[in-house]
Amino acid sequence: MAHDHGTHTSFRELPMARSMCWHCQSEVTGEYKCGQCVKVQPLSKDLDYFTCMRLPRLLNIQPEKLQSTFYELSRTFHPDFYSNKDDQEQIISLGNSALLNTAYRTLKDPVQRAEYLIRLEAGAVKQIRSNPPADLFDEILELQEDLDEYRSLSQEKNIERIEELRKKLNVSREALEQRQVQMELSLTSKFDEWDTIQIASPESDDARGKKDAVLKEMQEILSDKTYVRNIVNDLIETAD
Amino acid sequence: MPRIVGIDLGTTNSLVAYMDGEEPRVIAGQHEQAKVPSIVGMTDNGLIVGEAAKEHLVRDPSRTIYSVKRFMGKSLEDVTDELKYFPYTLQEKNGVIRIVIGEKTYSPPQVSAMILKELKVRAEAHLKESITKAVITVPAYFNDSQRQATKDAGMIAGLEVLRIINEPTAAALAYGLQKKTQGCIAVYDFGGGTFDISILQLKDGIFEVLSTSGNTHLGGDDIDRQITDIFIKEIAEQYSIDSHDHADLVQAIRLEAERLKVKLSDDVKATAVVELPNQQGTYQREWTRDELESLANELIDQTLEPCRLALKDAGLRAEQIDEVVLVGGSTRMPLVRQRVQELFGQEPHCELNPDEVVALGAAVQADILSGNKIDMLLLDVTPLSLGIETMGGVMSALIRRNTTIPTSAKEMFTTYVDGQTSVDIHILQGERELVRDNRSLARFQLKVPPLPAAVPRVEVTFLIDANGMLNVTAKDIRTGEAQSVQVKPSHGLTDDEVEGMVRESFQFAAEDIKMRQVIEARTEADAILMATEKALFRGKDLISQDEVKGIHKILDELKSVKEVDDHRQIRSKITEVEQVTHHLAEKLMDATLKEALENKKLSEVT
Repeated sequence: MAHDHGTHTSFRELPMARSMCWHCQSEVTGEYKCGQCVKVQPLSKDLDYFTCMRLPRLLNIQPEKLQSTFYELSRTFHPDFYSNKDDQEQIISLGNSALLNTAYRTLKDPVQRAEYLIRLEAGAVKQIRSNPPADLFDEILELQEDLDEYRSLSQEKNIERIEELRKKLNVSREALEQRQVQMELSLTSKFDEWDTIQIASPESDDARGKKDAVLKEMQEILSDKTYVRNIVNDLIETAD
Repeated sequence: MPRIVGIDLGTTNSLVAYMDGEEPRVIAGQHEQAKVPSIVGMTDNGLIVGEAAKEHLVRDPSRTIYSVKRFMGKSLEDVTDELKYFPYTLQEKNGVIRIVIGEKTYSPPQVSAMILKELKVRAEAHLKESITKAVITVPAYFNDSQRQATKDAGMIAGLEVLRIINEPTAAALAYGLQKKTQGCIAVYDFGGGTFDISILQLKDGIFEVLSTSGNTHLGGDDIDRQITDIFIKEIAEQYSIDSHDHADLVQAIRLEAERLKVKLSDDVKATAVVELPNQQGTYQREWTRDELESLANELIDQTLEPCRLALKDAGLRAEQIDEVVLVGGSTRMPLVRQRVQELFGQEPHCELNPDEVVALGAAVQADILSGNKIDMLLLDVTPLSLGIETMGGVMSALIRRNTTIPTSAKEMFTTYVDGQTSVDIHILQGERELVRDNRSLARFQLKVPPLPAAVPRVEVTFLIDANGMLNVTAKDIRTGEAQSVQVKPSHGLTDDEVEGMVRESFQFAAEDIKMRQVIEARTEADAILMATEKALFRGKDLISQDEVKGIHKILDELKSVKEVDDHRQIRSKITEVEQVTHHLAEKLMDATLKEALENKKLSEVT
């Protein structure tokens, strides 16, 4: 399959759900509208978001390019432009528009983009982990104890201890926020790694192995990121 | 495509607008006033709506309904806190409020429909054509039930609502059309009963809403109430009168409070005057703007938190906003402008009339839907997260707030018990964790074939359309068959109820229909008059003097008949004109033909 992990930089057309026009049964050759009866055609349900947005399957994307494709396709599919059309065309435009909006939303955000790519490539959904990142295990255990104590003290008169704990929790929070920045950076470097392999030799077996490794590492970072983010939010809510 | 009008159905005032070529215009009534007060009065002679009803409010408060928008899509429980401010009794039927007037009860959509009809008649009189399609605006923060109630109101009024559009985004359309702005804009919409903030990105004719937030129960009305409460307290202290014993007095106080508030936007001092009942004197009190502002301050503060949230959701800082646009009557208050300026670090724009800009934008959207305007497109978002109830009374979100619409989410359902034949699904809207803190939208029962537990697989698709309204469909994955889903709204009228109200409104509408026929006949008469006068000018030498005189005579007759409110008379006179001018038309046709032939010869020669 030549375009399985396509690195094509441009697609002129999007896959449609059917090869025949739903209305006049003439052949649909990839345009959004039937060449014969000019009715809008439903997009294929299996369409992946990168293809939908005419982007290669890379993680570093140009936001302007994504946006301009989104705007252009919105002008083609948005229900506002089908309000004079028959019911069937209105339903198709609604479905196409909903798919387009989801594709745009997913690719616009780097984390969602990475999660989507992992799902697409590895088939695995992001694991929701209940364990903290290995190297933070002891730190987080202590932090949880401090948090519990702080919560139980809040109502009492132990002002000194509360203040002491608050300071300590804030220090931990800053450390974790620092850690978040680090994770962002390592995620960015994984993006670059992925793109480099993908551009160089997307189809070789060697590349497949490397790509799977990168995907796995990304998945780790994303899980850690979620875990740390939840703790930081907890800290902000409790001790800020 | 018949004309589509744009309607701003406001808490305090409503307006109708249309596209006059490339320009949106509001339609003024008899007194050059475009605003129709959103007030409905039930008198012994029938319904009155608008300015007339406002006067009626003080004379007959228990039969005059105002601020009905606050009740749209609500249950009685939702509005208990403010019941004391309304002079009429409310009941509830199937989760929907009913307003009790005498022997009859009215649902909020029915009352809104009366206001819509007034606007419809106004538009028909001005445009001289029948109006059956409209775009209606709602606060961006309206939930699904409130949107549905608005759509029902349109239907009861005999209007097909082609689109429900958010007020701040409508304002952005009108503003963008006028100013050709590019970049990020924030629309701060503080009206009579609701507050919205929307952040948009404008680029190459695309109006992309990045985020929206608000409060559907915060507006200028609340400031009026605070002033009203002070008046009532002082009247009790100084005159020992309990205003609540006099519904008309409360309304007089409320209107005076509103007038005072409006006046203090221009002046730093103003005097409130209220006549007391039974010749007990006149209550007078001088107010300063400072005093009003210390009252309004807290309410204005409540608008700032949604603004910050909207900025955060849009991923923007205040200084990244290129322009701030003010919409809604309450933004006339200097303190509001000052606080908005502080928050965004720039002077807000208020060049467009804040009362009219929403209706103008609705007319622009109507133009887009009618296919006339293809260079502009609005991409709006859903204001609230949508989810379903899961185990333990927790809401599981399927579609997050500020997701661009249309959008859809799929969820797979199965059974827990062998032979189970249905699954109950409860749909919710809101941002909170627990079901009970969110808005219940609807419930439905999914039918499943009786099979061992966990074997059935039914995929339910929740789709939010371009109106921001929910559509639910289901498919049995095993058979691939689509299933029909009967969704029962938690706080909405059923289809049957709406149908009943439509029928009922037709009974009242006999008068309207008669008037519309007159309007249509009159329009046709105008067209005939103009065409015949033009034909006479060109062809008066082709027919005899007597014939010319005869035509003039019949035209004069038509001119006087068309002023009579009887479409049959007008129509029969039109037929007469057609008969009398038949000969002239033939002569003109011959002449035109001859001319065309001669031109041809001429062109062949040269």
